[in-house]
Amino acid sequence: MDIPLTIKETQEGLINKKYSAVELVNSYLERIGKYNKDLNIFLTITEDEAYKKAKEVDNLIGQDNPKILTDYPLLGTTVAYKDIFLTKGIRTTAGSKVLETYIPSYSGTVVKKIENAGGIMMGKVNCDAWAHGSSGENSDFGATLNPWNRDYIAGGSSSGSAAALSSNMSLISTGTDTCGSIRLPANFNYLVSLKPTYGAVSRYGVIAMASSLDCVSPIAHTVDDIKQIFDAIKGEDGFDSTVRNINQHKPAKSNFKIGVPKEFFEERLDSEVDNNIKRAIKIFEKLGIEVKEVSLPSSKYAISVYYIVQPAEVSSNLSRFDGIRYGGKRTDFGDEAKRRIMLGSYVLSSGYYDAYYLKAMKMRTKIREEVDNIFNQVDALIAPVTPTPPFKIGEKTKDPLTMYLSDIFAATANLSGIPALSLPFNFTKNALPLGFQLMGPRFSEYDLFNLGKMFEKETNYKPKIANL
Amino acid sequence: MGKLTIDEVKHISKLSNLDLTDKELIKFQGQLSKIVDYISQLSEVDTANIEPTSQTTGLENIYRPDEVKPNSFSQEEALSGTEQIKNGYFEVDAVLNKES
Repeated sequence: MDIPLTIKETQEGLINKKYSAVELVNSYLERIGKYNKDLNIFLTITEDEAYKKAKEVDNLIGQDNPKILTDYPLLGTTVAYKDIFLTKGIRTTAGSKVLETYIPSYSGTVVKKIENAGGIMMGKVNCDAWAHGSSGENSDFGATLNPWNRDYIAGGSSSGSAAALSSNMSLISTGTDTCGSIRLPANFNYLVSLKPTYGAVSRYGVIAMASSLDCVSPIAHTVDDIKQIFDAIKGEDGFDSTVRNINQHKPAKSNFKIGVPKEFFEERLDSEVDNNIKRAIKIFEKLGIEVKEVSLPSSKYAISVYYIVQPAEVSSNLSRFDGIRYGGKRTDFGDEAKRRIMLGSYVLSSGYYDAYYLKAMKMRTKIREEVDNIFNQVDALIAPVTPTPPFKIGEKTKDPLTMYLSDIFAATANLSGIPALSLPFNFTKNALPLGFQLMGPRFSEYDLFNLGKMFEKETNYKPKIANL
Repeated sequence: MGKLTIDEVKHISKLSNLDLTDKELIKFQGQLSKIVDYISQLSEVDTANIEPTSQTTGLENIYRPDEVKPNSFSQEEALSGTEQIKNGYFEVDAVLNKES
């Protein structure tokens, strides 16, 4: 069967009995069986759970409940979870040898919510160990290859989450975005992703990387699907005190203004990425949206601030892995985790705390204030997600700093806690996916969805998967 | 600022509870020095009179009632991630020796 690429089409097919959920799962598992070994996407394939849930879905459909899609908004939607989402009874590794045999005793909030909404778990997917990376190459289980071109990285850290979709092994996936970890792989795989406002989605049951920055983030093929997933996973759960419920029925604004932060275009921008985003800006102008240049002068320091705040929080969060309560020994940590733990210990250590950690927290205030002020002038920002198209496997692994700079355009959203929607748009001359991101004020997700949908409509967007 | 000495790398590996080989110490010395050199660019910015930001939610002191919830872990579930169990507890290495 032809596997649909949107939630709506999938559900229509199920409800109209074009295929059963079990048949749908068969088709996905067939593709996983055929291509997973080579692309290294799934670390654990949950075949039994998928069939069990598919049978439940088929039973529900058999009951002729007219409200079925209201009761189960993600009915029959196959899901791949980044392997840092805890899944009760199913191995969860965080992409690290330290947790190679770890079986969680509970599931994360987002996993439970997707499950209750009718989602079908296909398995747990590869990522940079502990979500530390921009390419997926820091996984202790090997890099995920980009289905669009196997010589290239899939983007990280949520590498498997994106590649599972562009190879059509799952319809949707979850990842996390601490500094571009969802937006980069989504862009590198021709997919839509949302890094929500910090505090919109619960982090309960997600292995922590940097707690003041981590955001649970979905990937899908369309803005509509992202909205549907976001609606299912957002909101207070009583287990993450940073989460607040958000109001989606804010009246939509007319005379929308988009800002182009000039600092994002000043350095290190690949010409294909640059030209492509200029084409995207023209499309928004054609839609009657005013686009104007704005300035975020401190954004050039964002990656430095990030590489102080994040390792500091990493060193604290990873200190719990002492091999006593769960997991292996600290000698099992890979190089990148060791580097970040040590960098964090350094910037927090006596004699360096003021010069690095405190300084970075103060700079974070400056960045946050500039971002807040810009949203008095414009309603959203448009920017590249990353300075380059997908890069080759091995290209940046020797020099950690070069790898870190891949996230230079991602850091602003995480440091200031604002949402960012990344959209696919065009391909390079080498047929590699390109895209861009839209950022808005805190809790402006639904405005970003509207903008994204307008863009999709104007460009006659159709989901695409890689030809395998 | 920038260059870390081998002694500094040894010191932070100790703070980090990481046992490193001599080869690793040298490798990380070079890599960490380069990163520290880059992040030191922050020293050029004047941040006097700026309050630090540690989180972006604007929320403070979120409380909940102190109640026992029915779905708490059983002792068995809480211990399910380890093999080092003794009499229903985690078994850990001794942290004190007899003389002290």
